[in-house]
Amino acid sequence: MTKVPVEFTLNTREQNEFVETGSTLLSALRDRLGLYGTKAGCHQGTCGACTVIIDGEPHLSCLTLAERCQGKDVTTLEGLAPAGALHPLQQAFMDGFAAQCGFCTPGMILAAKCLLDRNPDPTRDEVVDAISGNICRCTGYEPIIAAILTAAQGMRKPARKRA
Amino acid sequence: MSVTLSAAKQARLVPAVQAKGGRIIAGGTLIVADLNYGADSVALITLDRLGFDKIAVKGGKVTLGAMVTMAAVARDRRLKFLHPVANSIGGPAVRAMATIGGNLFAPAPYGDMTAALLTLDAEITLHDGKATRKLPIETFLAQRRKLQKHCVVSISFAAPSAGTFHYVKVVRRKPVSASVVTIAAVIPQKAGKIKDARIALGAMAANAIRARKAEAALEGRKLGNDIIATAAKLIAAEASPADDAYATAWYRREIAPVHFVRLLAA
Ligand SMILES: Cc1cc2nc3c(=O)[nH]c(=O)nc-3n(C[C@H](O)[C@H](O)[C@H](O)COP(=O)(O)OP(=O)(O)OC[C@H]3O[C@@H](n4cnc5c(N)ncnc54)[C@H](O)[C@@H]3O)c2cc1C
Ligand code: FES
Ligand code: FES
Repeated sequence: MTKVPVEFTLNTREQNEFVETGSTLLSALRDRLGLYGTKAGCHQGTCGACTVIIDGEPHLSCLTLAERCQGKDVTTLEGLAPAGALHPLQQAFMDGFAAQCGFCTPGMILAAKCLLDRNPDPTRDEVVDAISGNICRCTGYEPIIAAILTAAQGMRKPARKRA
Repeated sequence: MSVTLSAAKQARLVPAVQAKGGRIIAGGTLIVADLNYGADSVALITLDRLGFDKIAVKGGKVTLGAMVTMAAVARDRRLKFLHPVANSIGGPAVRAMATIGGNLFAPAPYGDMTAALLTLDAEITLHDGKATRKLPIETFLAQRRKLQKHCVVSISFAAPSAGTFHYVKVVRRKPVSASVVTIAAVIPQKAGKIKDARIALGAMAANAIRARKAEAALEGRKLGNDIIATAAKLIAAEASPADDAYATAWYRREIAPVHFVRLLAA
């Protein structure tokens, strides 16, 4: 297999990697970089477990060729909060029992982050749309939707205080 | 399996790569899913450096570059009428990746944007390696397999007058899933009569098709429940839907008229 160099920003750090041509970002993250927060489910784009953020938008890492990340800004679950700390979305998922087996959780949280970055005060329908590409076998979705709305509320509060 | 990836420097150089079995990778939502199934060796070529991701709206004419994504359409305030179409395609991550150019080649039940572009009577600009050609979308779809050896550059159409564009996609799982039936229609009226109605169906044949018999039933008539019901009886007359995981062909034929009536009835 031929390897090609790729330079991209991964969780705010410059990353230089040699990746196999035709390999996916999902396999680069898990198999080369040992970042297991990004889950491998269907490899077909249908489950959303492999969702990462590229240049501010949610992307399916199983359908993204690693080579095409050249110059891009990639965020995975590991980059969401400093080591030892939790992002408000992670905290809300924990508090609200929004994860059972946890397999869908990283994808759900990153899809939700993309929504909240653009729209800090989403309606329930907007939350449902934001996670519509992410499948959960366990929770029945309701606790996930509630956790995202709770996190949004919590994240808006400090901003209001400052104002 | 060996996959190579290169970036095209000019559209005219792409067909030579395709002639040797190479394939364009746009958003990659279909082609990488194929590779993950274990497709053969393939030379992939991107259009990333060609500036095909631009949207232009000038004097009522809309031009979408082939690499424009569904997310970009859904964000563009000038294209409000297309927002429900773009937002009906996959979840947000699919929309951020899926392109207009790729949608033209998506097999049924996919191709919802293509159904909308068909009802807008869009014109496809493509490069065949020698020259740039323009084709009406209906001709393009009829020759789609062959034209996969060409490079689609852009898609243009006249923006429909306010209130004339209608769209519904019937799915089994809200808010988004693959289509059971997709109906897109432009129903312009002149002096109270329907003039030049166009109706397109997605998921009702191997690619998006026009419902010409239903269009003819509407032509020159006043838009009202009677005439909508008459056209609805003809809506699937030219269709050849498939049985798939989402619906049977029988079911698709049964519900297409129901949703056509709901779409147009006041
Ligand atoms: C989970 C999931 C859900 C989906 N849901 C929907 C849906 O609801 N509705 C829907 O319509 N589709 C859906 N799709 C299918 C697909 O995402 C879209 O049809 C999309 O628009 C395809 O575009 P792409 O850029 O990803 O195509 P690619 O995979 O990059 O390419 C697809 C084909 O088109 C060819 N091609 C691409 N661009 C050009 C060009 N400029 N010139 C010539 N050939 C070209 C490629 O060579 C390839 O053969 C879904 C896919 C997934 C994975
Ligand atoms: S593994 Fe990527 S969507 Fe399922
Ligand atoms: S918590 Fe198990 S899949 Fe969602």
